[in-house]
Amino acid sequence: MLYREAGQFKSTYASDMVVFRLKEDRAGLAVIILMAYALAFMGSDFLLQAVLIPFLVFALAAIGLNLLTGYAGQLSLGTGAFMGVGAYACYKLMTAFPDINVIVWILVSGFFSAAVGTLFGLPSLRIKGFYLAVATLAAQFFLQWCFIRIPWLVNYNVSGALDAPLRTLFGVPVVGATATPQTRYIVVLTLVIVLTWVASNLVRGRIGRMWIAVRDMDLAAELMGIRLLQTKLLAFAVSSYYCGVAGALMVFLWYGGAEYDVFNINQSFFILFMVIIGGLGSLIGSFFGAALIFIMPILLGIVLPIMLAPFGIAIGAETIEHLRFMIVGALIIFFLIVEPHGLARLWQIGKQKLLVWPFPY
Amino acid sequence: MDVLYKVLIEPFVFMGEAPDLLLQTLWEGLVSGVLYALIALGFVLIFKASGVFNFAQGIMVVFAALTLVGLYEKGVPALLALVLAGAVMLLLAFAVERIILRPLVNQPDIILFMATFGLTYLLIGLGELIFGGSPKEMITGALYLPQGTTELTLLGGPVRFQHLDIAAAIIASIIIAILAVFFSKTRIGRALRAVADSHKAALSVGISLNQIWVIVWFAAGIVALVAGIMWGARSGVSFSLQIIALKALPVLILGGFTSIPGAIIGGLIVGIGEKIGEFYWGPLLGGGIDTWLAYVIALLFLLYRPQGLFGERIIERI
Amino acid sequence: MTSASDPHMAADDVLLSVEGVSLRFGGVKALSDVSFNIRKGEIRAIIGPNGAGKTSMLNCINGFYYPSEGRITFKGKTRRKMRPHEAARGGIARTFQNVALFKSMSTLDNIMAGRSLKMKANFFWQLFRYGPALREEVVHRRSVEEIIDFLQIPHIRRTPVGKLPYGLQKRVELGRALAMEPDLLLLDEPMAGMNLEEKEDMSRFILEVNQQFGTTIALIEHDIGVVMDLSDRVVVLEYGRKIADGTPQEVKSDPRVIDAYLGIPH
Repeated sequence: MLYREAGQFKSTYASDMVVFRLKEDRAGLAVIILMAYALAFMGSDFLLQAVLIPFLVFALAAIGLNLLTGYAGQLSLGTGAFMGVGAYACYKLMTAFPDINVIVWILVSGFFSAAVGTLFGLPSLRIKGFYLAVATLAAQFFLQWCFIRIPWLVNYNVSGALDAPLRTLFGVPVVGATATPQTRYIVVLTLVIVLTWVASNLVRGRIGRMWIAVRDMDLAAELMGIRLLQTKLLAFAVSSYYCGVAGALMVFLWYGGAEYDVFNINQSFFILFMVIIGGLGSLIGSFFGAALIFIMPILLGIVLPIMLAPFGIAIGAETIEHLRFMIVGALIIFFLIVEPHGLARLWQIGKQKLLVWPFPY
Repeated sequence: MDVLYKVLIEPFVFMGEAPDLLLQTLWEGLVSGVLYALIALGFVLIFKASGVFNFAQGIMVVFAALTLVGLYEKGVPALLALVLAGAVMLLLAFAVERIILRPLVNQPDIILFMATFGLTYLLIGLGELIFGGSPKEMITGALYLPQGTTELTLLGGPVRFQHLDIAAAIIASIIIAILAVFFSKTRIGRALRAVADSHKAALSVGISLNQIWVIVWFAAGIVALVAGIMWGARSGVSFSLQIIALKALPVLILGGFTSIPGAIIGGLIVGIGEKIGEFYWGPLLGGGIDTWLAYVIALLFLLYRPQGLFGERIIERI
Repeated sequence: MTSASDPHMAADDVLLSVEGVSLRFGGVKALSDVSFNIRKGEIRAIIGPNGAGKTSMLNCINGFYYPSEGRITFKGKTRRKMRPHEAARGGIARTFQNVALFKSMSTLDNIMAGRSLKMKANFFWQLFRYGPALREEVVHRRSVEEIIDFLQIPHIRRTPVGKLPYGLQKRVELGRALAMEPDLLLLDEPMAGMNLEEKEDMSRFILEVNQQFGTTIALIEHDIGVVMDLSDRVVVLEYGRKIADGTPQEVKSDPRVIDAYLGIPH
């Protein structure tokens, strides 16, 4: 009886158009955000470094891809490369202008991947669906080639890898070897919350409606005065911005340095899976998808050896990696068959059920 | 001007000066083109009959080859292993039809496409789990594939032909010919084409979709096995072959998703274009451009002709 | 065919004129040398047997196809090529023979999407959904609610349109077109597949739109009874050619129209 729509009347359109129309939902969100911040102080370093930070980074990248594929309906297999553009741009910027705060550069680096994403989005006017997927593969392989072949991008490092120089925020190290997982987690969490809020603003307004219109029925959208190219390019730009920021966060606030190989095609696929399993066209689904695809294998790595130990079966890290592939693959097929709209739809159904509980409808 | 000279003139001068090198490059491009075409053919088969864009075709190539080599390593005679690998592909075809296609029938194309992504990862995990993740040698000798090289003096220089490449080109051509005959002359082939035109119409004249799907997935599996043996013999059997298999996508774009001749010509364009581009223009950019050249060629081509080489002009209706 | 007392007589009253339009797809001629005009404020029907080129005609008018020959003049401006979004900006809205709604969106969002053109708040405000962006959302939400009330569909406001029955989908689609506040509304078989009651409702909405908002309407319809009741003037197409043009009475008694509909061989 705690969760009811009845009795919550809206007297203005503005209050009727907020994300969470029910006060219970709003309270729930506040609790989750508070708990997320509290985890910075209560969670172990392992939890922060190996679970929560990567989860947030992947969720951000998944939101980026979801804006493009889920909302605007343009399939992209180049996410990894767009993340790479953000990371390399951020590296160049923060080493060229070390005095300006690194958070600024992380946010600015997204604009570089937005520009590159827009460029590779240009073919989307003429080509659709699978064909477009191949165009984004061109982006994936071409950009990855650039990361390898242009030493200028890594300031002619002999190793060819990105490293994380020490950068501080209010005197506290946030990037570099001395930055604690706690600080990095708080920075990542804050950025992800802000960017998620911005994304939700976009998708609820005119731009989001235009994206969905183009996805659902592009010809009708065009006959209603929506310019297809601009709308699609905007989706590519915003999506790549998010991916770029996620890429910068991944390298500098999670790994603390990386090689070109982390932006390979498998990364693109993994983020696509997060989006599919989480739910195309759902922001909250991006979080669910990231959680399932990223955290599930970690749990598997912990749980499986314990479960199999009594039978005397030792299970290597490699086998777990193989099982991870299999399980991810099986999950994708399973979800597509059972619920093509992903975890987000299950979540919605659950909430709907709760609204009318204990009655069936 | 210097740049323009290097890009527009010098490579051609070089081609003219050393025609034997050009011939060698063309030959290598031709062979890899034939193999691209073979992989693309697997896509086309499945796309024609079930409308599924089978992303897992590339991994089926690896999986088939891995099964073959893996069985041989476990002590199964080579030819028996070949037959068993074929049987595994048949089993896979049944499983795919039962587990993926049947429950997902009538879903949008994109959902089926995504499901084949799932299949890809499932097969990667399964293959590595059973046969291990380390790269393997293709059992070229045990399968009686020719090895060695013939060097001919052509156009004023030595040109090398690997016997294996010659065999690959011949076998691929035979497979393509068999498939072409199969599609145009047999009853099942005609049924396949009917299904490709319209599922509902095919059903209404009593063609069993499930049966057709198993047949095409099996055919695609056999094509994958052949492609896997040939690629494996050239560059080892490992999951990095998957990246090569992705090259079949630009091939399909050039040739169109439903055309067998398109897949062949597209394969040759990509194979030869890639080798020529890498050999003559690659050094200008620091090399390694064959990782993306095919995609960029396909992309530029698409901008000019979105329907592919053999596709008909698309008239949009509303 | 029109008398001097006809209020639609003046030449500057013509909103849209089609002159000698032909449309070819490869060897197939979908339209050949069709000319007619639509006057401000009237309901103009386009009828004809299946495959007569009616939808192709609408597609030419709002720029979805480019005529191979001929000219189309809208609001005094003649053009050879016009992109569909330019037509929309110029004030042409339409509905489709097979409902072309944005299936996953709610009724509300579908109609809101129809107002995309009227919304001006820039990207920056959109990012924060603040200031002009929020005010604009509220203003347009109000006008969308008016349309929803007008079409009597408030109960399905939040339902994804993909789940609605066909008749309601057609109504939502009309709402989406109305949201554009068009000068010319093209309706492609607005009553196809409806039962009598739904047809009556839809006819009433069309008449009200025409009378209350003064919207000029061009409609394709197979139900001759409906056409005769609703329209001011009718143009008849057959095999891509115009075979008759005039008031419903004139058209009804035209022998060529009777032939076309009864299928008498020529």
